[in-house]
Amino acid sequence: MASGRFVDNLPKIYGLYTLGFLVFFGLMAILEQLGAGADLIGVLFVGFTIVIYAVIGWISRTMQVDAYYVAGREVPPLFNGMATAADWMSGASFVALAGGVYFGGYGYLAFVVGWTGGYVLVNSLMAPYLRKFGCYTVPDFVGTRYGGNLARFIAVIVLVVASFTYVTAQINATGTIASRALHIPFEVGIWFGLLGILFCSMLGGMRAVTWTQVAQYIVLIVAYIVPVVWMSIDQNFGIIPQFSYGDAVQRIQELEPIIGVGTPATESFPGVRILTTLHFAPGDFMDRWKFVTLALCMMAGTASLPHILMRYFTTPTVRAARKSVAWSLFFIFLLYFTAPALATLTKLQLLDPNLPTAVIGKPFADVAALPWIQNWASVGFLKIVDSNADGILQINEFFMRPDIVVLATPEIAGLPYVISGLVAAGGMAAAMSTADGLLLAIANALSHDLYYKILDPKADTRTRLIVARVLLILIGAAGAGVASMRLTGILGAVAWAFNFANSGLFFPLVLGIWWKRANRPGAIAGMVFGFGAGTLYLYYVFSMGGEPILGLDHLRFGIVGMAVSLVAMVVVTLLTEAPDEETQAMVDRTRIPTGEAILAQQH
Amino acid sequence: MANGLSETERTYWSRTSTLTGVILILWFIFSFVIPWYAAELDQYQFMGFPLGYYMVVQGSLIAFVLLIFIQNWIQDGIDRAAGYNED
Repeated sequence: MASGRFVDNLPKIYGLYTLGFLVFFGLMAILEQLGAGADLIGVLFVGFTIVIYAVIGWISRTMQVDAYYVAGREVPPLFNGMATAADWMSGASFVALAGGVYFGGYGYLAFVVGWTGGYVLVNSLMAPYLRKFGCYTVPDFVGTRYGGNLARFIAVIVLVVASFTYVTAQINATGTIASRALHIPFEVGIWFGLLGILFCSMLGGMRAVTWTQVAQYIVLIVAYIVPVVWMSIDQNFGIIPQFSYGDAVQRIQELEPIIGVGTPATESFPGVRILTTLHFAPGDFMDRWKFVTLALCMMAGTASLPHILMRYFTTPTVRAARKSVAWSLFFIFLLYFTAPALATLTKLQLLDPNLPTAVIGKPFADVAALPWIQNWASVGFLKIVDSNADGILQINEFFMRPDIVVLATPEIAGLPYVISGLVAAGGMAAAMSTADGLLLAIANALSHDLYYKILDPKADTRTRLIVARVLLILIGAAGAGVASMRLTGILGAVAWAFNFANSGLFFPLVLGIWWKRANRPGAIAGMVFGFGAGTLYLYYVFSMGGEPILGLDHLRFGIVGMAVSLVAMVVVTLLTEAPDEETQAMVDRTRIPTGEAILAQQH
Repeated sequence: MANGLSETERTYWSRTSTLTGVILILWFIFSFVIPWYAAELDQYQFMGFPLGYYMVVQGSLIAFVLLIFIQNWIQDGIDRAAGYNED
């Protein structure tokens, strides 16, 4: 079959692809020199990359169950690492992370630590064992390890709630970027983005998603790093600014008291805010407590989110699954250690009066006349007002949306349009790849676990794959529908997804592997009470406006969920009978990396 | 069938569990202990950065990447010793 040869040729294929993308970038730069406008370049960048992904999706179409659910289990670790990194890095990571670091200081950096450290948990506790298990989906593991349709069904519910919360944010991000780059209304942009997402996943399932995600990773990482390196060379921080921006950090800390960071604004505008948090100032006990609880929620969420775990089902062996986790984190790290550099350099450019790009402390009329200020103000991403009417722009008169730190940096630093086009394509790639993975996780759980395993175990392959695709379209449409209502900001919903996942799934998954005694009633209690308690607590702090207990706000409700889940699972397990010998033997076999997969016979 | 395990299987799992435990202790230090004391660490400098800041934005992240690669390298050895190397 051609696919075997395809896997052997991966380095060559993606090498050529990367080269092609760089040539395209060069062509766009030439086009700009010839006088093409920013709009045309933006359209070409976003349009061209989406067409490429759609072509990959089309080539990878399949009617085989193994290829559809787990990419035929033939994805080599390095490439699975890239695919996971794209799957992982959402529109929020790409667009909002640097903005979060810019505005949030120490407290926000818990996301950076949490979203990387979680992979140590994935590697230590989950991925190799789930791969040995040989499941198609995460509920597949729960259903087989604990037995019974009820456990499987509850796992499906937790998965759907967590992933759906997440996917609406991603579709929202594709809509935002598509509408800006292609100059179409936001609502149209959302459906346009969904069309691209479905093209990548519908025909080829996991196989198509895998190969488009690798392509999307290459675009997104190039798009993230090129502007930062460019800006850094401009500011004399060298080619690898990640290691040399210490001076910029210290300069910002020196400037903060001078320009008065922390002065509250006297006016407020929806969607935009001023900088009030110091760049890095860990404070009292509560500050630190909030840091570690948020980091813990994000880490345990990482190790429970099905769209991530299922990527490790696609490798040929257990060892390859472990190697994939290592490469995943390496490729994720490349972006995560760049984001704080970007945030710092951008902040310095705006604040440091010695730099030509500075705006704070400059005459108000001069700043208002800058093209990038006008450009982003016109779409509501930025707002300047001379509150105290002194003719000078102060720090508390400069409002912006956090997203702007990535999206507008090329313009702030005066880089050519071609870089802005590149950034738009990168953001699109990040949002699309995550949305793909999430939609597939939901549709696969519903088609494999709910439809095939519970409702109609006799369904033939063809029917199963058709059901899977119909579900994919329906869920995508539902996600787009919700996204078009703009319910929450991008990041709120993303953090919730992690908390839903860890409340319901973290302990049932971990203990399923690490505690042989764990049984079905225990797992059901762990999922129901954990997920229930987490959700109720979220309702209490978020919807009812309750006072957060111990500083656990709506971003950290997983702490409550996980604690309840652990206690419920252990207590109920110990009060009920130990699992039968067959189940215990199955756990033993899960722990041995070689030999036949537990589920090999049952699909 | 806890008793049904062979000697090899038992040794394999106890070595694997020990390795996992050690990795998780290191993970805990880099995830929680160091960020907790970031303000205190900031008195020191590292490559031009305040040390606490450096650890939170970069040092711990590098530690996580290395932890996974090192864990896998040792685990490969444990697999080989037990005859569980597949490729």
